[in-house]
Amino acid sequence: MKRFTISLFTLFVALLLITACAQNQATPTTAPTEQTGAVTEQPAPTPVPAQQEQPAAEGSLLEVVKQRGKLICGANANLPGFGYLDQEGNYAGFDIDFCRALAAAIFDDPDAVEFRPLTAKERFTAVQTGEVDVLIRNTTWTLTRDASVGMDFGVVTFYDGQGIMVRKADNITKLEDLQGAAICVTTGTTTELNLADQMRARGIEYTPVVFETADNTFGAYEEGRCDAVTTDKSGLVSRKSLLKDPEAHVILDATLSKEPLGPAVLQGDPIWHDVVMWTVFATIQAEEFGITSENVDDFLNSEDPGIRRFLGLEGELGESLGLTNDFAYRVIKNVGNYGEIYDRNLGPGTPFELPRGLNDLWTRGGLLYSPPFR
Amino acid sequence: MTAQANLSSDKKSPPAILEWMKENLFTPWYNAVITVALAALIFVVLRALFRWALYEAKWEVVLVNLRLFAVGPYPEEAFWRIWVALGLVGALAGLSWGAWGGRNWAPSVVAGVLGAIVLVLPASPNVKWPLIGVLAAFILTHVASMGRSRLQRPLVWGWVLSFFVILVLLKGLGGSQVLADVPTSKWGGLLLTVLLALIAIVASFPLGVLLALGRRSELPVVKLFSILYIETVRGVPLVTVLWASAIILPLFFPKGVRVDNLIRAMVGMTLFSAAYLAENVRGGLQGVPRGQYEAAYALGLNYYQAMRHIILPQALRAVIPAIVGQFIGLFKDTTLVAIVGLLELLGIALSVIAQPEFIGLQREVFIFIAAIYWVFTYAMSYSSRRLEARLGVGTR
Repeated sequence: MKRFTISLFTLFVALLLITACAQNQATPTTAPTEQTGAVTEQPAPTPVPAQQEQPAAEGSLLEVVKQRGKLICGANANLPGFGYLDQEGNYAGFDIDFCRALAAAIFDDPDAVEFRPLTAKERFTAVQTGEVDVLIRNTTWTLTRDASVGMDFGVVTFYDGQGIMVRKADNITKLEDLQGAAICVTTGTTTELNLADQMRARGIEYTPVVFETADNTFGAYEEGRCDAVTTDKSGLVSRKSLLKDPEAHVILDATLSKEPLGPAVLQGDPIWHDVVMWTVFATIQAEEFGITSENVDDFLNSEDPGIRRFLGLEGELGESLGLTNDFAYRVIKNVGNYGEIYDRNLGPGTPFELPRGLNDLWTRGGLLYSPPFR
Repeated sequence: MTAQANLSSDKKSPPAILEWMKENLFTPWYNAVITVALAALIFVVLRALFRWALYEAKWEVVLVNLRLFAVGPYPEEAFWRIWVALGLVGALAGLSWGAWGGRNWAPSVVAGVLGAIVLVLPASPNVKWPLIGVLAAFILTHVASMGRSRLQRPLVWGWVLSFFVILVLLKGLGGSQVLADVPTSKWGGLLLTVLLALIAIVASFPLGVLLALGRRSELPVVKLFSILYIETVRGVPLVTVLWASAIILPLFFPKGVRVDNLIRAMVGMTLFSAAYLAENVRGGLQGVPRGQYEAAYALGLNYYQAMRHIILPQALRAVIPAIVGQFIGLFKDTTLVAIVGLLELLGIALSVIAQPEFIGLQREVFIFIAAIYWVFTYAMSYSSRRLEARLGVGTR
C-alpha cells in the first residue's frame, strides 16, 4: 500500500507536468492562500482536535478571502429550491443566496463568489482542506459534526424536520397507525436511520422499501408500492405538489427528527465564524425591522437608533467584525432580507409554496431570532 | 414440385423480403407463434414509447437548457473561445481527412449539407454563425488539402499541439486581459465530459504503453514496479480511485497547496486507465512472434528502434479493437466524476432536474443525455472499425 502511495505520487507529479498548462492556472487561486492561510489551512486528518489555538486576526480566513477578492462557497448543485443551476448557468437557490449574501457583506458584490459543487460525502473534507471557505449546503447541525468532524455551526438558516406522507384514504393520522406498513425511503441518508429510530422507540413494526434516489422513492410511493413515504418536510411539501392528485395525500403532523440546516465553517477561526453568523443574522434582523432590498434606502434617514446602528450609520458594529460598518446594508441591498430570500426560492410563486412554519420570525411564532445588533 | 415452382413464378414471384420472412420467421408453426407474439409486444412497447415521446414528454426542459448541457456554467463572454477551439478542431479534421482520405468529396459535401441545415434551423444567431464557421473551416481545409499526403506527418504534430492550445484557450491565462482565467469550477456539461475523456485518453496512452513495455522488461525494478502498479490499480474500482483523489488525497497535501479537484479527477482517471491499457498493449506485444524480435535485433536495431519500428506497430495494430473498447468505456466512465462534485454531463443533468420549474422530468433529461452518450460512443466505435479496415487488422 505504501509503495502504491509513493508510486501514485510519483506519477501524479509526472502527470501534473503533462497537464502543465491546466495546472498553471490552478496556482493563481492558491497563491494567496499559501501566504496567509497559515493557521486555517491546516490540513489536519479527519477528526480535527477540538481545541485549536485562536488565530490572530491576520491569520483569519477573512483576510484570505479579502485578499483573494472572492469567496469560495461549498454548495449543492442539485437540490430543488436550495441549490441548482438555472438556464443561464448561474447558481440559484436558498443556500446559494446565503453564499451571495456573505459575498455582499465582504465585497459589496453578491457575484464575488465562486461556487464549488460538493457531494454530501466530500463536503466536510472540502472545508477541512480549505478548498471552500464556507459550506452552505443543506447541512444539518449535529453535535458530532460540530465537535469531532471539526466544523463550526452556530446559526440556522432553515429549520427542517423529517415528516411522513400518507394517502388520505388510508385514515392514518399518527405514527402508531403505520403498524405493519411499507414505507418508502431513500437509502444512505439520515432519513433512513431516523425512521428506524422512531419506529423502534414506539415499537412499531414496518417494512422499509429502500431506493437510491428521491425520484424513485416518490415514484414507487405514487405507484402504490408503499403505504407511506418519508423525507424532510420541505421535500415532502414540494413533492406532494407534483403528485397526480396532491389532494389525496396528507403529511402527518409528527416530526421524526430535527434538521436544523445552516452554514458551517472550519473550527478554530472565530473571526470568520462571526462574519458568517452575523451575515445570516443581518438578514433575519432586517426582516424584523421590515427592511427589504427595495426600501432599505428609505431607512437611511431613520431616527430609530437600533436601525441606524444596524445599517452602520452609527457605531462601529461592522468594523468590530472585520467588515465595513454598512455590511448589513450591503447584504440587504444586494440580496434581500430573510423573508425575501425565502419567498424567492421556496415561498409562494415558486412550485414549492412552502409555508414559513418554524422558519418565521419569533414575533410571528417561528424560531428565527437574531441577537441584538448593538 | 415443378408445378409449384411454375405457379409461384406465374404469380410474379413474391418479393424477396416476403420469401425471407416466410423462411426465417414463420417456418415451423412455433416460430410463427413466437414471431406474432413478439411483434405484438414490440408494437405495444413502441406505441407506448412514441406516444410518450411525442405527446406526454415535456422536451422543453431539454430545449431551454441546451446551453447547460453543452458547456455548463462556462461564462457567456468566453464562448468565443470554445468556438475558436472547435474551429481549430474542424480545420485540423478537414486537413486530416484531405491528407489521409484521398480525392473524396463526400466529407465536404456532408459538411456543406449540415451547414445548409444549420442555416435553415431557427437557432439563435449566436450559435448559428459560429457553427457555420466551424463547418466552413472544415470544408475549406478539406478541399485545400485533398490528396496531399505530404501533410500527414506535420498534421500529427498539429493535433498534439492543438490539444495544448485548446486547453490554454479554454482555461485562459491568469492575469491576461483577452484570455481571462476561467476557473475549472465553471467548466461543465458536454465540454467537460469530452475534455475529461480526451485528456485521460491522450495521457494514459503513452503511460499505458510504457507500463506494458515495463512489465515485459528484463530490468527487475522496472518490471516489479510495473506489475505492482498495474495489479494494484486493476484491483481497485474507479469509484474508489476518484473518491480517494477527491477526499483522501487533499488531506495529505502540504498546507496551502491546493490542487484543483478537476485535475485530481483527471489524474485519477488517467492513472486508472493506463493500467488497463497496459494490459491490452501487453496482449498485443505477446502476440508478436518471437522471430520478429530476433529479426529486429539481428538487423542491429537497439531496443528503442526495435520497439518503435518493428514491435509496437504490429502489437498496437492488433489490439486496436480492445483499446477503442476501453476508450469507449472510459468515455462513459466520466459520468463517475459526478459523484465527486464535477458538473459533467450527468452532473448537469442532475442539476437541471433540480430546477424548480422542471422537477420530476428526469426521464426526458436522462433519455437526452443517453442519446448524447450513444452518439459519441457510436462515432468512436465506427471510426475504430474504419481504422481497422484501413490497417487491415485480422486480414493479414
